[in-house]
Order: sequence, then C-alpha cells, then structure tokens
Amino acid sequence: MKYLDEFRDRALARPLVAELRKSVTKPLRVMEICGSHTMAIFRNGLRSILPEGYTLISGPGCPVCVTSASHMDAFISMAERPGVRVAIFGDLFRVPGTHGSLANASSRGAKVDIVYSPMDALDLAIRHPEDLIVFLGVGFETTTPGIAATILAAKNRNVKNFTVFSTQKVMPPPLIALLDDPGLKIDGLLCPGHVSSIIGAGAYQPLVDKYHLACVVAGFETTDLLNGLILLARQVGKGEARVENTYQRVVNWEGNLRAARMVDEIFEPADMEWRGLGVIPGSGLAIRPKYADFNAEVRLDITLPEASEAKGCRCGEILKGMSIPTECPLFNTRCTPGNPIGPCMVSSEGTCAAYHKYGMD
Amino acid sequence: MCLAIPMRVTKIEGNPDDFTVSQIATVDADGISKEIRLDVVDRWPDLGDYVIVHAGFAIHTLEAAEAEANIRLLRELAACMPEELLVK
Repeated sequence: MKYLDEFRDRALARPLVAELRKSVTKPLRVMEICGSHTMAIFRNGLRSILPEGYTLISGPGCPVCVTSASHMDAFISMAERPGVRVAIFGDLFRVPGTHGSLANASSRGAKVDIVYSPMDALDLAIRHPEDLIVFLGVGFETTTPGIAATILAAKNRNVKNFTVFSTQKVMPPPLIALLDDPGLKIDGLLCPGHVSSIIGAGAYQPLVDKYHLACVVAGFETTDLLNGLILLARQVGKGEARVENTYQRVVNWEGNLRAARMVDEIFEPADMEWRGLGVIPGSGLAIRPKYADFNAEVRLDITLPEASEAKGCRCGEILKGMSIPTECPLFNTRCTPGNPIGPCMVSSEGTCAAYHKYGMD
Repeated sequence: MCLAIPMRVTKIEGNPDDFTVSQIATVDADGISKEIRLDVVDRWPDLGDYVIVHAGFAIHTLEAAEAEANIRLLRELAACMPEELLVK
C-alpha cells in the first residue's frame, strides 16, 4: 500500500538499525507515550535490537487503560438502566469495574453495542428511537474531533435520543503531572503520531522549555520508529533538548485547526480523573452547557461512584512508567488476556497486554 | 486506538465550508472501499489524495511532498551505509 510499504521497507530500515547503534553515546531513558507506539515497537521487534543503555518505558497513552475505575463503574451501571443503550469502541467491552464489565452487563441483558465510529452510534439512535443512546467517549485528541462533529450532526438532524458521556482526555497535562514527580527519571519523549497531527508538534515545546526534555514526534512504521529513536539518542547524547518531527507527512507545528475549532465549539476544558494519576486539572473535556441535551451526565443525572482498584493490580504504577508489568504479582498468573484483572491487560494497546503477547517474562 | 493507514480518496461529497450538508468521502486501501467523514480533516482533499482516518473521520490529508522527501532521505542513507555495518 502506498505511503505504508515504503516506510516498512527492510532495505531502508537496515541502515537505520546500524545508525541507531551508533547514536547511543550515553545511557538514556525514553518514554513512549502512545499505546499505539508501544504496540508498534513490540510488533517491529525494536525492543530486542535496542542498543545497551537505551531504556524504553511506556507512558499513559492507552485511553482504555487510563479510564478510572469510577468511570468504568458509572458506565456499567448506566448500561443497566432501562431504556438506555450504550455504544462503545470495542476495547472497552471487557474492562472490569468493581463488579464485572460491560460484557457481563450485556450478558445479563443490558444493551451494549460496539461501534467503529461515533457516527455509527448516531445511526443507532435513529434506528432505536425507543432508547436513549449513550456513546462512551473514551479517547484522546484523535477521537474528540469526530465525537464533536457527531454531536453537531445530531443537532443539525434534530436527533433527540443521542448523547455522549465524555471522559475525553487531552495529552499535555498528564505529562506535566508525571514530569513533576521526581520519582520519574526520563531524558526524552517519543511523542505520539496521530494525537500530534491534531495538537501539532508545537504542543511539546513547553515540555522542552520547562523540563529540558528531548521530544521527537514519530509515525508508526518501522523506519518512522527507528528515526524517532535515533533522533532522541542524538539529542540526549549532545545534551540538547528540542522538538523534532519525523512524521512531517502527517504532523505539522500548529496542528489541525479545523478539528480544533470543531472541538472548541462543543467541548470545554474540565478536570478529569485518570487511573493511576488521580484528578488532573484541565486534562479532560466536558460538553459545553449549550449542548447539554447531548450530555449523558446531564440527561441521566450521573454522579461518579466511589470505586476501588483491584487488589494487587499495578496498572496505575505501570501507566506512570514507575513499574513494568513483570514486576506485578498478578501479571501472567491471575491476570491474563483471557481473564484480565486490570485495564492494561484488556486493551490491545495496554502495556501488560503487549508484554504478554510478545512473551516478555 | 491511534493506528491508522493512509487511504486514497476516490469520491467526495459536500464542500469544506458548509456543515449543514454531509461532508463525506469514499476512500480505498488494498481493495477495501468505505465511506468516511470529512468534517474535521485539516485540509480538504482532492481526488487521489491520501487521508489518515480515525474512527470513521479523516483527520489529516497526507502531504505527499513530505512523504516523498522522507523516503528520498532514507534511500540516500541506505546508499551511503557500508555493507559491513548492516544487520542481516
């Protein structure tokens, strides 16, 4: 496929592997923020060829993993209300709350539909006028613009039974929360590809200025990832810190202004609870009062329940880059993809799922 | 969640400035064809452009010149790299 195969070409990747070896002149620790990067790095076998001294740790960029236990519980109890039909991205289906998952609720008769796009949820609303549709917004900047556009489409089409429960999150604030923690020692960030296409590479400049971090935006193919890792090692080796962008075909400095306008029309910044990180000011997006008719929390008068994390589960520490899955007593024993205890094992992009799939024991 | 492959635009409906009518494109990749939304794409695509699609929405029209420049640099690097440094 065009613009894909070229960036996976072995003949072009091999020299980069050699370059990567040369690029490490002093030990460095890099956080890959994005869950899709975590998976792409494993899939390409890049962890096994990292030169000595190059440590990669996974960050808080898997949306399902950072969804708080209290949000999960609210989702599940909402799905069990009569007259409610929830629409979700598939990743969320099996995530355990305090008492079971949406999958369990569904098997007890709750209406849970897996959709590919928020627009599919709007179609569900039109097909099921007897139900109140609640689309569960669990995602970062890549999914927010589409959800905003869907709310606008619902308004334009005068669909009264479509709502969104927004736990949408934004990327820079949790990174600042992490970086303010002296326990986390990192030299650089491998910045997400598609989130950055929305927010722009310029969004990382404040992290460079405040924390003297090397920040490199990279795509998801073999040569993209290798390029990103090389540039990070070079910056750290030279004691430099700046924003570099190896994914210019998709990411520019300013970001997607059309998407930003759409998001700003529908959403406003809000404090948001993250699994493992707690409540971070301004790290989430709430539906503006002007669009309250499309806000499930308003329409269904939802208050978030108190919830507790599963005993022994270290998802929270893993999401902060403070722990790795093999240090968790539940990993590959009680907690497996077939019977997950924590969200990092459920999501296909969770760090624990990645460690399990690629046999890191 | 954030993985996406570039898909080629084969048909466009609507226009970039009118949000009251549907802004839809048909895209294809590897023989698979589907309809996607153009409401939030950064640059309105032309037929034949490639777009990055997320959850049914195009979020970016790929910059072909940037992609070609990137590949050209990779080829130059490959051409200059001594064979003995390469992994098998």
